[in-house]
Amino acid sequence: MKSGSNRIEAVVTDVVTVNDLVKRFHFQRVDGGLLPTFSGGAHTVVEMRDGDRTRLNPYSLMSSPLDTHDYTISVRRDDVGRGGSLFMHNQVKPGHRMIISNPVNLFSLDLRARKHLMIAGGIGITPFLAQTSQLAGRGGNFELHYSVRNEALASYADVLKQRHGKRVNIYRDDHEERLDLPTLLAGQPLGTHLYVCGPSGMIDWVRKTAADAGWPVENVHYEHFAAPQPGKPFEVTLAVSGIGIHVGENESLLEAIETAGLNPPYLCRGGVCGQCETNVISHDGKFLHNDHWLSDEDKAAGCKIMPCVSRFEGKSLVLER
Amino acid sequence: MGINFKQETFRDDYTFRNSPEQIRRFPFPFHEDGYMYSVNIEPHVPTRKNSVFEHLFDVDEHYVSEMRDRAIVLAEDPLRCQSLPHMTLAGWDTLELLMTEKAASYPDLFTLTRDGDKWHWINRPLGIDDHFTFGDTATLPYSPLEYITRQSQGDFAVCDQRENNLWMDAGMVTTQADWSLDFDIGMNFFEWHAPVPLAHEMGVFTRALKFLTSIQQGQPARRLNWTMTINPRLDTSPENFHKWGTDRATVTPENVGQKVHLRVEVQMFFRLPRSNAILFPIRCYLISMDELTTSPKWARRFHRVLRDLPNELAEYKGLVRYRPTVVEWLSKRDDGAPTSPGFGPD
Repeated sequence: MKSGSNRIEAVVTDVVTVNDLVKRFHFQRVDGGLLPTFSGGAHTVVEMRDGDRTRLNPYSLMSSPLDTHDYTISVRRDDVGRGGSLFMHNQVKPGHRMIISNPVNLFSLDLRARKHLMIAGGIGITPFLAQTSQLAGRGGNFELHYSVRNEALASYADVLKQRHGKRVNIYRDDHEERLDLPTLLAGQPLGTHLYVCGPSGMIDWVRKTAADAGWPVENVHYEHFAAPQPGKPFEVTLAVSGIGIHVGENESLLEAIETAGLNPPYLCRGGVCGQCETNVISHDGKFLHNDHWLSDEDKAAGCKIMPCVSRFEGKSLVLER
Repeated sequence: MGINFKQETFRDDYTFRNSPEQIRRFPFPFHEDGYMYSVNIEPHVPTRKNSVFEHLFDVDEHYVSEMRDRAIVLAEDPLRCQSLPHMTLAGWDTLELLMTEKAASYPDLFTLTRDGDKWHWINRPLGIDDHFTFGDTATLPYSPLEYITRQSQGDFAVCDQRENNLWMDAGMVTTQADWSLDFDIGMNFFEWHAPVPLAHEMGVFTRALKFLTSIQQGQPARRLNWTMTINPRLDTSPENFHKWGTDRATVTPENVGQKVHLRVEVQMFFRLPRSNAILFPIRCYLISMDELTTSPKWARRFHRVLRDLPNELAEYKGLVRYRPTVVEWLSKRDDGAPTSPGFGPD
């Protein structure tokens, strides 16, 4: 059964500039109906048709799961990325029709938690906007700690403070405000679940600090939101299909496979869910593994690749696709 | 359309029978003349008219009587419906899915009117007309899961998803093939499948779990499973084994046609939107050997499947004692002719 084939025809109803780096996009169904209900932490995959190429990027849904008249996402502009965020920022205006996917949740709340402790960094705030709305509506116990570069880039800090008051704590880098994580973790009641979304370094720091403090791994949840990175172009042979493809500088291997007419399964397009895992038949060169899915042994063996985020440099690469 | 709901029993005098139309739409589970485990999962999409897959949730002529049998089981044993505290939201998800699908598939039988969180539900076959507030358990006579599954054929396991595993944390289970919700509640996917022979070695469960945990909203899946039951008894539970276990010793060449039933489960998998849980409906269909063998193709094929079934599977399915008698009876209805591909009765 193919994943990702459940597409929703949507129209952009509003584009709001949040600050210098972030824009917010509102989507409604073209037919005017309600969008599917979702759970906090879910993302949607937005299909961007940019000339003759199509990018598919996942974005966390940040609107309230209790109101599905529209979906909203926030896109942080990445000037050195593959161009997806720039396309959204520069090309997408109200009235623009786009295909979005049904919601998929790879970062869901553990509903057994006695308390939800959330740590966000930068644009990693977006899934927590939906999760806090969901929890607040049901009288859930949560606390949010949000680190930002400065006041001007503190996306939605004001909204969150207004909605949830003292349950929201903001830390501004330029004011030397720092989250004292060891002390915070030490003061949590039993049964607390910890959630972190932000830059890789922050996720690693939170996971390590929690592990050092004796937190069970089952209680620590994290979501990497790394987009595929651009890189040198390379050639690939798809052995099952019997075709050769070219992966351009600003294109992911998965996108190039899709452009060739294949439809490998996917969910996250960010190297965490494992759906697009692909066997390597032979290679002469070096893998640039950017995923969080394959084990170190798999990466060392060179037998598998995650085409959504990983790349290759070298003479030849033959995949089982 | 209009379904002629039968008044019948699944215990004591066992008046359950399938009409000829119901026999034709029976979900016969064998597409070839043999059987072995496979992860035989396919998209659960409405398909052929006049089949049990015409709608996402099939309502058939046994609906009213099956719901009466469920009520009897629950009155004797309330633990057949359980929900751990964190699963209430999944219960509301289940209620929404079943009500919206039933109302859309059978508008003459069910009506749902929604005004924000003020809902009005009419179930004509069961004579129910209730107003309630979606999300407020106090406005329903039962928990949301129990309320709606007292009105829906088949068992329902509700699995929480966490730690890359599924956990049997809620359910309504009264028509089961010898397993117990009260025993399995809180277990994960590997724990509750531990008794199944052969499949672990084949890696079936690891692959199945990977598939199930990535089921997406709006893209449900289904598979068929089967066993056999002596007398058309829905509640073949471990709790009541003393009431039905000995039936297995009562099969004789004379009563095979009436007493021995093929029991097919249509197992479905839905991602629930608010809770991110997986709903696992297990719908049981029963058919007697007399009814099954009205199709010459099914008679031939079921004879060959049962005759050649590996012993471990016969043991696990509880068929060992009466298998020879049934195979002998079926052999007289198998002329050795080839069977056509596919599930249909010809």
